Amino acid sequence: MALSGIQIYKLLPQTNCKDCGYPTCLAFAMKLAAKQAELALCPHVSEESASKLSAAAQPPVRPMALRSNGFEVKAGAETVLFRHEKTFVNRPGLFVRVRDSDSADAIQAKVRAADAYTVDYVGMDLTLDGIAVQADGGDFAAAVQAVRAVSQRPLLLFAGAEALKAGLSLLAAGEIPLLGVADAENWQEMAALAKQAGAPLAVAGASVDALVDLAQKVKEAGVADIVLAPAQRSLLGVLKANTIIRRMALKKNFRPLGYPILSFPGDWGDPAREAVLAGQAIAKYSGFIVLDHFAPEVAYPLLVLRENIYTDPQKPIQVTPGIYEINNPGPDDPVLVTTNFSITYFSVANEVEGSGNKAWMLVADAEGMSVLTAWAAGKFDAERIAKDVKRFGVADKVGRKRIVLPGHVAVLSGELEEELPDWEVRVGPREAVDLPKFMKQVLV
Amino acid sequence: MVAALAELGGLDEATIQALQGGVGLPAIPAAPAAPMAPPLPPEPAPVAAAAAVEPEKMVEPAPDAEWLPAGVQTEIAVEKWSGKVKEIALGAAAAEGGSRGAVVKIGGQTAMPFMFMDGELPNAPVIAVEIADRRPDGWSELLYQAWGDVLDDPAAWAKAAAAAGANVLYMRLSLTDAEGQPNTPAKAVAAVRAVLQATGLPLIVVGPGQAEADNDLLVPISEAFKGERLALGICEDKNYRTIVATAMANGHLVIARTAMDVNLAKQLNILISDMGLPLDRILMDPTTGALGYGFEYGYSVMERLRQAALQGDAMTQLPMIVNPGEEAWKTKEAKVGEGVPAAWGDWSERSITWETLTSTMLIESGADIVVLRHPETVKRTRVAIDDLMNQ
Ligand code: B12
Ligand code: SF4
Repeated sequence: MALSGIQIYKLLPQTNCKDCGYPTCLAFAMKLAAKQAELALCPHVSEESASKLSAAAQPPVRPMALRSNGFEVKAGAETVLFRHEKTFVNRPGLFVRVRDSDSADAIQAKVRAADAYTVDYVGMDLTLDGIAVQADGGDFAAAVQAVRAVSQRPLLLFAGAEALKAGLSLLAAGEIPLLGVADAENWQEMAALAKQAGAPLAVAGASVDALVDLAQKVKEAGVADIVLAPAQRSLLGVLKANTIIRRMALKKNFRPLGYPILSFPGDWGDPAREAVLAGQAIAKYSGFIVLDHFAPEVAYPLLVLRENIYTDPQKPIQVTPGIYEINNPGPDDPVLVTTNFSITYFSVANEVEGSGNKAWMLVADAEGMSVLTAWAAGKFDAERIAKDVKRFGVADKVGRKRIVLPGHVAVLSGELEEELPDWEVRVGPREAVDLPKFMKQVLV
Repeated sequence: MVAALAELGGLDEATIQALQGGVGLPAIPAAPAAPMAPPLPPEPAPVAAAAAVEPEKMVEPAPDAEWLPAGVQTEIAVEKWSGKVKEIALGAAAAEGGSRGAVVKIGGQTAMPFMFMDGELPNAPVIAVEIADRRPDGWSELLYQAWGDVLDDPAAWAKAAAAAGANVLYMRLSLTDAEGQPNTPAKAVAAVRAVLQATGLPLIVVGPGQAEADNDLLVPISEAFKGERLALGICEDKNYRTIVATAMANGHLVIARTAMDVNLAKQLNILISDMGLPLDRILMDPTTGALGYGFEYGYSVMERLRQAALQGDAMTQLPMIVNPGEEAWKTKEAKVGEGVPAAWGDWSERSITWETLTSTMLIESGADIVVLRHPETVKRTRVAIDDLMNQ
């Protein structure tokens, strides 16, 4: 939580000596508050004030990153409790967990599938972020080795200090895994190890007091990057814990809880429940999420949820307006009109592309809005479409001038005929799913 | 598909039999907590009550340790709000002039969803299951399979929905019958009567979504079932007067829908209450989008509306109803099983997860009623609600 100019002023010497280059201490304080000056400019500030000021300047949720082989998973740095207040910034990392009690083959089969998983959502390739290796009475180092043989993504390593040491020795130089999970019993050796490895350390606590206590101890032991793992499994327990952690960090600038959160939705054991817990973890403040089951039909909706929740509310995801080619169209192929809202464009483009039909797609500038939203807001009308037809030189691309409107805006067809007198204006189906059939049967 | 659901642990034996067994009413298990309705004033004999079946419970892991135990040392930041969401009763029992066996209460919150440390959250979110007066057109194949032949009989469908775990029924009237003939007030009233008699659950009735047809069908229904405390919809800024007037005259509630905008929602609530309908008879529908299709807008507008309500803005202090079922089942992800990317995985599980995530995340952003379509989603959402309310 940033300090105000007045709060900063109270920590300055208040002598107005001008050595900082500003006429008064207050003027300097105001510049500091606006982040337009550096504290180092004042040679007279006391050590105590300086450390208070630098603490206050820290982001309320400590940013950190896990790294390996060119991959990076960032967490922390969040500034709001609700996405509409500004935006959430670092998409929580999704990790699939394997146990060292499983055979190397079983581990590798699961890791391979999770590692290779990629799914397209509105033109973005979404993937999971890494693998969690859990000590479970087996050979931890062997499990880490088995994982590394098939995945280069960042790791979460959960074991005792000895096993962790063995596991760490197998990682490439410069890799930063998350280590854990330290508890009231083992935190000293775990903290020493994390400090030595320069890796973040997860700490667990069954109550808020226990978690705060452990975070403080681990910090005093020299670990800078801490991750909080409230020991809760139920939806309500996790929601309450995560909300309190984030609220204390943002509203009270309470340092011991100013760290990313680690969640284990798979702890419940039931995959259907795990999906809901993982969804909640995405929406409600977790930074690292450990899944015990990997299935594409669950990974896909979770990845889409993560995109939705972490989209900046000020900026709808958009594509650049213009004329796009689907399946190498020629002069006889139709022009399909749509808007430049990513979800709209890709639901149409994917449909046409998948069906093998050829088409020109005119992506009109509708300020990133869906067909009906843009129409209702007056950003998608015949005049604008006609303007974009001219602006993008569409007439030069086709011999047979056929233009297809989305079914939802059939009302525009009359006006568009007036705007584009030498074009044949057609009304398509309402939903993109029905386009291939329409193109085959009607648009011949 | 039924087999696939059974594998998922989705349905119990009795439900599977009911789903496979066709229209025969006896095959459908009775509503868990929903008593059968006593006879409606003007009409024929009520359906006999079948033996109540206990809803099946999952094996629960040991409960969590209390994260905020008594005597907690850390000074917890508590959010104190001055406003309160109106508490609204849906459905009227015999004593109140209706015939419902169960009256459902929603609203009454003085805190953001499930923030029990901040204030009161007296009522659990409610699951409404969508049914219709006839077999709907254009639904996903998975939904036809999941419900089976009950889709041809609104009363049987109502019972199956109750058995699946509905707290409330959400009945959509069709514009035309299966042969394409326009729906008539007489047919619509008969269908609503059959549904009311089939279970004791409170009922929401919405028109086909065209102003003229909505008004033609909803007014006679409102009059025929005076005193039942139905919720009638959908009121939009272009068409609300007729529905509000008839709801007012016959003791019903209304649903007010606006397009994902705090100010539009407030405006419509003002217009409706200006007509004289008390605020505690309005449910607001801020509109939602499915996961991947505008979900984030719906999610955030509900958080904003609920914050405004708790800050004391009277015109937003109404419970919220949203349709994750309808929206999720419109998506290609839910509708289409073939010719989709392999990365989409199993069709059935994907669709159910799509609907379940949309519904549960909307519940966490403030929904008081979620309207759902698939019985397995109902079950999963119920588990989530129980978990979230289990202090
Ligand atoms: C999300 C949303 C918003 C978001 C905007 C999201 C965005 N970036 O566009 C927000 C909250 C900002 C918003 C605002 C408004 N909205 Co709005 N919104 C929606 C919502 C919920 C979903 C829209 C969506 O994303 N759909 C998904 C995309 C993919 O659909 P689509 O673009 O139509 O594309 C499909 C088809 O059209 C077709 N298609 C697309 N292109 C083509 C091309 C061809 C050739 C063919 C054949 C087919 C085709 O394929 C696609 C998939 O099937 C809808 C309601 C709903 N559930 O549908 C209301 C809705 C569109 N909004 C509506 C309104 C009125 C508004 C506002 C005007 C409200 C207001 N007064 O403030 C504002 C306008 C914005 C402004 N003033 O700045 C109304 C429109 C009513 C109408 N029929 O005219 C709707 C229908 C809600 C309602 N029932 O009232 N909205
Ligand atoms: S140098 Fe320091 S003490 Fe001097 S005016 Fe600037 S802020 Fe004040």
